[in-house]
Amino acid sequence: MEWLFAERWSPYAVGIGIGVLSCFAFLLSDKPIGCSTAFARTSGMLERIFGGRKVSEQPYYKLFPPVIDWEWMFVLGIFIGAFISAKLSGQFKLLWVPDMWSQAFGNTPVARVITAFAGGILVGLGSRWAGGCTSGHGISGALQLAISSWLAVVCFFVGGIITAFIIY
Amino acid sequence: MLKNMHSHNGLQLFLGLIIGIIFGFLLQKGGVTTYDVIIGQLLFTDFTVLKVMLSAVIMGMILVHILCSMGLATLHPKPGSLGATVIGGLIFGVGFGVLGYCPGTIAGAVGQGWLDVLVGGLIGIVAGSGIFAHFYPRLNSGLLQKGDFGEMTFPQFFKVNPWVVVVPAVIILILFLYWLERMGL
Repeated sequence: MEWLFAERWSPYAVGIGIGVLSCFAFLLSDKPIGCSTAFARTSGMLERIFGGRKVSEQPYYKLFPPVIDWEWMFVLGIFIGAFISAKLSGQFKLLWVPDMWSQAFGNTPVARVITAFAGGILVGLGSRWAGGCTSGHGISGALQLAISSWLAVVCFFVGGIITAFIIY
Repeated sequence: MLKNMHSHNGLQLFLGLIIGIIFGFLLQKGGVTTYDVIIGQLLFTDFTVLKVMLSAVIMGMILVHILCSMGLATLHPKPGSLGATVIGGLIFGVGFGVLGYCPGTIAGAVGQGWLDVLVGGLIGIVAGSGIFAHFYPRLNSGLLQKGDFGEMTFPQFFKVNPWVVVVPAVIILILFLYWLERMGL
């Protein structure tokens, strides 16, 4: 059982595991693995709390009603699963600034948090605009050989690579 | 029996949670819930992300198409258009480079204890999704429809049996991973 406590597994073992898992998601739940709609639903839930009834009249929330669904539970599960894994290997630590960031820009949390917020807005906007994220398009869509997904993944990485080279 | 299972809401929420827990566990063990690993991929210094993604795609592609051939699963390809997929994909990509995470790995990063993404990134993604929802009616009557190609898969596009594409795609992806290893990446 020592492997459960290891800090890192081979990326191929992890990838094969994710491949098998996505096959179970298709079989048991008739669902491709995906994450980004959960964030759209959450945004609708928050708007409903602060904005009253109007939310259910918005066309986008008619497509993705602000309720807890399979994908929302899936994203909650990711949080729990990563927590368990990090705890088992002793990697769980409350930290504000990643190493690479602090080497380049210093370790003040404020700058990193603001940048993460700005990046988050673009990730949220872009994933809903493209209809999926790195899991929905990048893994589930790519394995179904969907044209939209292969095109989306290329754009994700083109945008990401250019941005990362500008930042670093 | 499977159809009954698919329509059982409580059971599905539970399955979503369990499948998510295993997914999060795997992401963390793979190292992809860490900023440095993801940014390392975008800077071509660490190929972990690509290795995880491509081996997941290879394995999943074979298994899911076997299930489909046996009549045990149906594909759900996402629709796409140039206006939605390319522009949305590039916006996502820029955000991916700035944030250093995607919507799945960020949930894992929070589980691992990263506070920058809990306080900044996570709220940003929710806000960004809300902004999209707000502009959706206007975008949907214009830009999102430009160059629409629908829910098309490569086998449908070439009008061939899925396996005619699956087999060469799997071989090409395996050769690519083999080449990455040979290059010492």
